[in-house]
Amino acid sequence: MTDPEILCYTQETGDFSRMMESIPYASWIGLQCDRFGDDLIFRLPAKEENLGNPILPAIHGGVIGGFMEMSAAIYLIMSQDTFRMPRIVDFSLDYLRAGLNRETYAECRLTRQGNRVANVMISAWQKSRSQPIATARAHFLLED
Amino acid sequence: MNDETRINRVNRFISTLNQARELGLNATDAGEGYLVMELPYSDKIIGNPDTGVIHGGAITTLMDTASGSVMICGLDEFELCPTLDLRVDYMRPAEPRKPVYARAETYKITRNIIFTRCEAYQEGGETIANCVGTFMRIGKEATPKSYRDQITGGEE
Repeated sequence: MTDPEILCYTQETGDFSRMMESIPYASWIGLQCDRFGDDLIFRLPAKEENLGNPILPAIHGGVIGGFMEMSAAIYLIMSQDTFRMPRIVDFSLDYLRAGLNRETYAECRLTRQGNRVANVMISAWQKSRSQPIATARAHFLLED
Repeated sequence: MNDETRINRVNRFISTLNQARELGLNATDAGEGYLVMELPYSDKIIGNPDTGVIHGGAITTLMDTASGSVMICGLDEFELCPTLDLRVDYMRPAEPRKPVYARAETYKITRNIIFTRCEAYQEGGETIANCVGTFMRIGKEATPKSYRDQITGGEE
C-alpha cells in the first residue's frame, strides 16, 4: 500500500489487484475493489474462513469491521492528490442485519477532510444497497 | 461456575467460529464477568508490509470475539448474543511478531442488552486499543439446544 509505483498503477488503470496483493490482510479476507468512473465499490466475496456464527451461518462481525475499515483506508488513499498514509484513530460500527454467507459490498463517503484528520462514512450491504447490513464511521490521521 | 468451566466454554464457543479458528484466537484467562483472549501474530494479518504491523481489522475481530464471548463468563446459561455496535479507539499500532491480548468485561447486563468494555494490549506494553460494545439478548431459546450443549459440554 506504501509502494508509490503500485499506487500510480492503480490510479491509472483502476485495476486494484496489485494493490490488494500487496496488503496481506486484504488478500487474506478476499477484499476486492472496482472503479466506476470516480466511484469505488468494495467487494468481499463469500468465503468459509470469514464466517462467525455457524448456525445462520453469518460472516464474523470482526471481518465485516475489518472489511469496512480497510475499504475506508483505500478509499482515502485514492481520493487524495498526494500520497499520505492514513492511520486509523477510531472506528464506530453499527450492525444492522446479519451478514449472510454471500458477497458483501461497501461504499465510502468522505464526510469531512481537514488538514490532518479525515472523517469517512462507510456503508455495507448484500442484497440491496437500501438494506445495509452495517454502517460505520471512521476518523483517520493523515501523515505526510 | 468456576473459571476453568468459563475458559472451556469460551474456547468451545470460539472453536465453532471459522474466522476465530483461522486467526488462532484462544481464551487464556477468565473469571466472573471477564475474559482474556489471545491473538497470535501471523503474516497473513499484516496490514502494512513495510513494518509488519497487523491490520486494525484483526484487532477489531479479536475485540469483537472477546466482547461477544465474555457474556459466557457473566451468565449461567449459554446465550448467543448478536453485536449491536462496537466502538474501537486505536491508541497505537501493535508491535510486530508479538501476540495481542484482549481483556473484555461485561459492565452491565440487563434483560435485553449487555454492555461490554474491552482493552487490547501486548505483554509489557501500553494499550493498543479500547473498545466498547453493546450486544442484544435474544434469549437462549433462539439458539438450538444441540449447539448450546456443544458449548456447555452438556454440563448444565
